[in-house]
Amino acid sequence: MNARPRERPLLRAGDLSKRYSVGRSIFPAQRRTVHAVDTVSLDIWPGETLGIVGESGCGKSTLGRCLVRLTEISSGSLEFEGRDISDASQRQLRPLRRQMQMVFQDPSASLNPRRRVGDLLADPFRIHERLSASEMADRVAELLRRVDLSPQHASRYPHEFSGGQRQRIGIARALALRPRLIVADEPVSALDVSIQAQIVNLLADLREEYNLTYVFIAHDLSVVRQISSRVAVMYLGSIVESGPTDEVFAAPRHHYTAALRSAVPIPSIDRARRGRLVLKGDLPSPMNPPSGCRFHTRCPAATPICRSERPLLQSIGEGRLVACHHPADG
Amino acid sequence: MVAALGFRLGQMVLVMFGISVVAFLIFFATPGADPSARIAGRNASQETLIQVRHDFGLDRPLPVQYGLMMNRLFVSRDLTSFVNRGQRVIPTVISAIPVTLSLVGGAAVLWVLGGLIVGVIAGATRGTFIDRALMILSLVGVSIPVFWLGEVANLLTQSRWHDSWLFSWVPPLGYIPLTENPWGWFKALVIPWFTLATLYVGLYGRVLRASLIEMMQEDFIRTARAKGIGERRVVLHHGLRTSLVAFVTMFGLDFGALVGGGALLTEVVFGLQGVGKLTYEALQTLDLPMILATVIYAAFFVVMANFVVDVVFVFIDPRARDVG
Amino acid sequence: MSADAPLLVVKDLAVSFRSDEGLVRAVGGVSFSVEQREIVGVVGESGSGKSQTLLAIMGLIDSPNAIVSGSIRFMGQELIGLKRRALDAIRGRQIAMIFQDPMSALTPVHTIGNQIGEQVRAHEKVSAKAVRARAVQLLDAVGIANPDRVIDSYPHQLSGGMRQRAVIAMALSCNPALLVADEPTTALDVTVQAQILELIGRLRDQFGSAVILVTHDLGVVAEVADRVLVMYGGRFVEEGGKSSVFRAPLHPYTWGLFGSIPPMEGPRPARLAAIPGIPPSLSNLPKGCAFSPRCAFRHDACLVQLPIMQGESHRAACLLPEPTRRQFAAQRPGGVVEMQR
Repeated sequence: MNARPRERPLLRAGDLSKRYSVGRSIFPAQRRTVHAVDTVSLDIWPGETLGIVGESGCGKSTLGRCLVRLTEISSGSLEFEGRDISDASQRQLRPLRRQMQMVFQDPSASLNPRRRVGDLLADPFRIHERLSASEMADRVAELLRRVDLSPQHASRYPHEFSGGQRQRIGIARALALRPRLIVADEPVSALDVSIQAQIVNLLADLREEYNLTYVFIAHDLSVVRQISSRVAVMYLGSIVESGPTDEVFAAPRHHYTAALRSAVPIPSIDRARRGRLVLKGDLPSPMNPPSGCRFHTRCPAATPICRSERPLLQSIGEGRLVACHHPADG
Repeated sequence: MVAALGFRLGQMVLVMFGISVVAFLIFFATPGADPSARIAGRNASQETLIQVRHDFGLDRPLPVQYGLMMNRLFVSRDLTSFVNRGQRVIPTVISAIPVTLSLVGGAAVLWVLGGLIVGVIAGATRGTFIDRALMILSLVGVSIPVFWLGEVANLLTQSRWHDSWLFSWVPPLGYIPLTENPWGWFKALVIPWFTLATLYVGLYGRVLRASLIEMMQEDFIRTARAKGIGERRVVLHHGLRTSLVAFVTMFGLDFGALVGGGALLTEVVFGLQGVGKLTYEALQTLDLPMILATVIYAAFFVVMANFVVDVVFVFIDPRARDVG
Repeated sequence: MSADAPLLVVKDLAVSFRSDEGLVRAVGGVSFSVEQREIVGVVGESGSGKSQTLLAIMGLIDSPNAIVSGSIRFMGQELIGLKRRALDAIRGRQIAMIFQDPMSALTPVHTIGNQIGEQVRAHEKVSAKAVRARAVQLLDAVGIANPDRVIDSYPHQLSGGMRQRAVIAMALSCNPALLVADEPTTALDVTVQAQILELIGRLRDQFGSAVILVTHDLGVVAEVADRVLVMYGGRFVEEGGKSSVFRAPLHPYTWGLFGSIPPMEGPRPARLAAIPGIPPSLSNLPKGCAFSPRCAFRHDACLVQLPIMQGESHRAACLLPEPTRRQFAAQRPGGVVEMQR
């Protein structure tokens, strides 16, 4: 990334992998390994929003959790502001937790239903800062206002809120300690279209206001396109293409990106009848991924080399990277 | 598949071993439970005690004692009762098995049928008078103590109304072997069957109703209705069929526990010389070898039942087939 | 019945549920019709009543607390109040349904072939062999690669996309005149969604079925529908031919919906024209127009008067004068109107 020579990445992942073994068999031979995340290298620059897209099972959520060390990584390196955190213990990570927060798809799962929203939002202050009760109440009220809820909402319980409001609470909690990086995992996919737009706008506003860096993980391409400055496309655990959002969406170089983009139904009759690239078949099982290029079983441009040799993620200029033996013209 | 089966068998042996060790330790090695004192009888002299201890190997280290005991229990099979001298433990238990199996088997047929009928009718008529009446009845069934019910049944059929046309066919208490007199076997067991099944009909009916109601909320029930296949088929072929998973699991465990001696109260009340009654008597007289034998026998059936449930599970739930 | 009579005519259909908080009115009197071989897209957010409308057509609202009123005439026959036996003769055979979540829509303990065969045998007297042959043929027709193997598979052995294909094959098994689909692609990945949408579009040509497609996704409607119905708060707010609704939507809610979707091409707006507020609670609907609390164009009348659907082929339920709305719609090609107040 020679576009930004002076800066150093906020978060840098090198050959990051996460493997799970599946099956309960006592015979090791029958146990199988899933490479949920397979040697992913990523730089996340201060102030950018990196969108990670892919279909279910591509490993994007696991990658997100690995990036903030919510999931142990199997191998590879992870640096936060140049400091290696791949082996840091949870205790060592604690000061870093203030800097890296996560927002989840279903906020209700992470909000204790028996506690008031005010108490839930005060938790981060209790853990990380010594504040008086009134200071804490002020901070909570400010947080609620910041996510367009009312300070009166502090005395209510999570179930009294709608899905969109709960996601606002989830965002407020992530925001409490003024983190530098927020990893948002499908933050709007459970919400109705009109509410989705509100949350996307809110995230964009907060980014401006607090100088946040986002990793925005979603399966919805249009939402990712809206909020991200850079985008990475994942397929079966690996990044197949990355680059500036507008360029990647306008002229995808990987055939999977092209197919993904072409598959999104567009709410416009002028473009509905356009020629479309419909992929054949389903996603292969991550337990038994295809040889060579993992996309070759569904790729319209596959040749024999794709079956045997795995393409590396290589720079093609202008900050774009693609892992393909026969990149599309774009 | 063969490997998995072998693995399960190994697991069973391991569990059995653990249970035998625990049972041995509880009955033979807990302070105050000096078995030699039991064997030698009351007021035995110190010399006799020492003699007994030596004869039975009770002065040897614990692991050796355990080994000796298991050897006499399973290999030479000559372990004898402490109370009825000369009565060999293993043949006694083995002769009790057909009694218990007859009792529990017959009752199981009754309670499975009864549980299915109660559960399905209540589940299908949920919220109506029929449902509520069935649930109250089954609650009564669950609440009645089995020994009380047995005593009442005996009172009515053996003495009070025994001479009336209604119960004159009832034979005196006790067991009649199936091989000797099938009709007599049946007549002797009918009342114990109903007595034992009462509790379980109530229990299984309620569990099945709950599980059926839960299943009937599932999406696939809506799909089935959308196919236009009639409510009876929807309930039986889709709702009940998927509810059976819980039902079968429960049945396997209960059946195993009852065959293992859990039907003790029913056996005692009806004078059936089954494993439960054997255990009951052994406990009353603190007949340690007999207790040990029945406990291990019970453990064997519970573990067996678990194993059978797992195998049956594979047949009724295809999802279980593809896991490890 | 003449050949060009509508296949389905729904009049004043209302669905309410008795609850602790009073009567919850899920569908508040909707009327629409579906022509033979027509694909109608019904768009709405959660709680708009779109799914309940479909379930009412299928006779699948069986809660003892539900009150279904109005009229649903299918090929001239009234469906509301129909006896179970008569209803079962129609559903599965003439009206079939595709559900949202293919993971839970199939009974886990029966094979795919069994479940398809069950439906065929419920409606036709055919031999087991013929049923199996038909099932294989259907699975093949919906794009399943090796139908001979899949027919003996259990649902859990198939991927989501395969299961949804199997559900569609089952729905098609008796060659229904009407197919109702409740969010059939929402639970699927986007590349699989594209395959399923293509399949639904092809069904009309191959099987001659009319389709009611319920979705929250305007893109899906643009892809396959002939006509569009927009639902909000249990009522239709807009109805019209697809091109007419997509070129010049006439209801402020439809404008807001279009504005809420981030564009896939062209410049990205700094902010999305989101609709403020949240959908109304069905147990406590506002008087007047249900959308009025969130509408940037509301005026006093909207708070008290219930707008009714007005217009010829392209209709909307809004108290704003139609010329004014047409002007708004025309100013913003694609119908994007800033909804922030």
